[in-house]
Amino acid sequence: MDTLLLSRIQFGANISFHILFPTITIALGWVLLFFKLRFNATGDLKWMEAYRFWVKVFALSFAMGVVSGITMSFQFGTNWPGFMETVGNIAGPLLAYEIMTAFFLEAVFLGIMLFGFSRVPGWLHTLATFLVAFGTTMSAFWILVLNSWMHTPAGFEMRDGVAFATDWWAIIFNPSMPYRLVHMLLASGLTVAFLIAGLSAFRWLIGDRGAEVRATLKSGLILGAALIPLQILAGDFHGLNTLEHQPAKVAAMEGNWETGPNVPLLLFAVPDEETRSNSMEIAIPNGASLILTHKSDGVVPGLNDFVAEDGTALHPPVAPVFYSFRVMVGTGMAMLLLSWTAVAIMARRRDAGALPKPLLWALVPMAFSGWVATLAGWYTTEIGRQPWLVQGVLTTEQAVADVPAPFVGTTLVAYLAIYVLLLAAYVSVLFYLARKAARGEGPRRRTPLAGEAIVAQVPAE
Amino acid sequence: MMDLFGDPARWLPVTFAALMGLSILIYVVLDGFDLGVGVLFPFAGEAEKDRMVASIGPFWDANETWLVLAVGLLLVAFPAAHGTILTALYLPVAIMLIGLILRGVAFEFRVKAPLPHKGRWNFAFWSGSLMTSLSQGWMLGLYIMGLEQTPATWVFAALTAVFLTVGYSFIGATWLILKTDGDLQRKAVAWARGGIWGLVLGLGAISLASPLVSPRIWQKWFSVPEIFLLAPLPILSGALVVLLWLALRRLPTSDDSWAWFPFVASIVLFTLAFFGMAYSFYPYVVPEQLTIYEAASAPESLFIILIGTCIVLPMIGGYTALAYVIFRGKATELRYD
Repeated sequence: MDTLLLSRIQFGANISFHILFPTITIALGWVLLFFKLRFNATGDLKWMEAYRFWVKVFALSFAMGVVSGITMSFQFGTNWPGFMETVGNIAGPLLAYEIMTAFFLEAVFLGIMLFGFSRVPGWLHTLATFLVAFGTTMSAFWILVLNSWMHTPAGFEMRDGVAFATDWWAIIFNPSMPYRLVHMLLASGLTVAFLIAGLSAFRWLIGDRGAEVRATLKSGLILGAALIPLQILAGDFHGLNTLEHQPAKVAAMEGNWETGPNVPLLLFAVPDEETRSNSMEIAIPNGASLILTHKSDGVVPGLNDFVAEDGTALHPPVAPVFYSFRVMVGTGMAMLLLSWTAVAIMARRRDAGALPKPLLWALVPMAFSGWVATLAGWYTTEIGRQPWLVQGVLTTEQAVADVPAPFVGTTLVAYLAIYVLLLAAYVSVLFYLARKAARGEGPRRRTPLAGEAIVAQVPAE
Repeated sequence: MMDLFGDPARWLPVTFAALMGLSILIYVVLDGFDLGVGVLFPFAGEAEKDRMVASIGPFWDANETWLVLAVGLLLVAFPAAHGTILTALYLPVAIMLIGLILRGVAFEFRVKAPLPHKGRWNFAFWSGSLMTSLSQGWMLGLYIMGLEQTPATWVFAALTAVFLTVGYSFIGATWLILKTDGDLQRKAVAWARGGIWGLVLGLGAISLASPLVSPRIWQKWFSVPEIFLLAPLPILSGALVVLLWLALRRLPTSDDSWAWFPFVASIVLFTLAFFGMAYSFYPYVVPEQLTIYEAASAPESLFIILIGTCIVLPMIGGYTALAYVIFRGKATELRYD
């Protein structure tokens, strides 16, 4: 394999591993703030117990996100020097603002949020929780500004092959940024909703029926049920935006070869770039036209429009984009079905404990459904941008470093081995923490003796 | 507004070189002590390990962010140099990153994973800290040698790798003298006493080798009047080493006075060494190849980053100080409640 392909696999592996953890911490920060504020308002210890359990998950996820993020900041230089050399004038300030307005904020206040509970006044601890949540969201904002700019670049001019900023407002609020940011923030919310619901369901199933588990199970399910319709709506808007700016990507997502009206929605198919056609299609007539143009005879772009005179494809590889998109949508549908069923049952019986066991068991693997959907979504949009690194400005091939392939190959193997090990350790520790909490070894069962411990555990607000 | 201080293509690169230098210095001091604590792990007992981690637990994350800022500034301010340096250092960077990953996650896993696995995560913490320190030293050596890859530069890089690791362990030990008491503090004093010789040897070796391999550095050091202006650096460093040696012989004191001294003196020592190095390299960002003026980004882009920096950097300083105040005093058990 050559350096380009190995570098792409390496960066793809790193960013895939990395995104798993910010996806959790962005929304979990706000959920922790919610738990803390509920505790401040009600004084009910179940909220503090929920905070203490989930802050551990937060700390672990945060550490995983930090270390994999540092890796990426170096790989821009080690593997993709052409990226910064060409668009550094735009990407640079955006990354600098991310570091300065987000990374330090979250890193410093994380220490206070984790270990400062008994050292600082209650308001400062709540403030630290807020600032960490705010920091993770700011970080998401800046990085999605940059990522969106790579898809829909605006506000710049090229001089001697280097991009120069002409309008920072246009760069930051580039055409796809609002859609992508909302879509990602909602994805984070859903990931956390199902993680909380899934782990809480697991604790419930192994016999942990305390008030804390009831509260978190309910919170997770309601959050998931509330966000999933919003996400479907946001995804639709995002798709229409992509149709306008990156039609080749939409053509690959739909598996549509010929531009034309009345294009069916393919539920399943096997796209083949050799024959430039699909086999084994299961389709809803006019579906794609309806979704993308809101008219049954609307014209949907086809992949054959994006082929050079000499036959080289100028569109992204079809199969990965096509399948990833279906995995994402399918996972979203499962989220919709499960969360709405669960919320309907809870509403009727007025009790989170009344959920039937099969439903709870279904929720356990769904704890990681957000990861699946997020990764599939990112593969759709990022592979869908190929062969471009910055759409219309810089191809991936132009940006790659001139490093010997064996170097990239060896380090790739090392990274992959570590990521697999860490991922296994992470997931098993989450379930270990859940079992430990269920057995009552966690902080939640340190039941206060009358009057004594409330004072010790709760600093003056 | 950009012309406020003269030609923006002159003053902006200098400003950013200074900012990047400052982040590297802060990183080396701050992550230096927590990497050093990790490197010292095998010399400590089980309970002492918990206390050592507790002394750096609330800080390590923010400490590492200075590395991200430093490489970020290199990336945004000197994109041409960023590519050249990092592709030349491809393998040591990869080793450093794997080291940082291992030690970073070990902080969390060693207390959250089931107890029987704790030993393994302690090992990951130690080996990750060691990999990071060694590879940073290796990169420093190659950088001083102008990023040339020959057997001679590798020998030099191997020396800087060992000495930087010793330097980190030393500042780590002085941090533990400040943050602990009892047996662990006595052990830390002993570690620092051992480490100080490595530190002296390392500073000496690098100071001797640098002018010998680089005629340009020789020129910058040993011409008149530079030599007189530079003289305070080695004299002050020598004096500090003597004071450190005297202090380490008397520590720990019965009332714990002067426990802060070795740490503060190490910071000053690191700072002096850093200034010596920065002076030697200016105006190059890639030694002998690329100056900061040639490598700099467009002035418009640098200026927009600078505005933000002027607002945000004091705030970062402020809340970092707040964290150190909140977690001041001797390190105790880290608890979430």
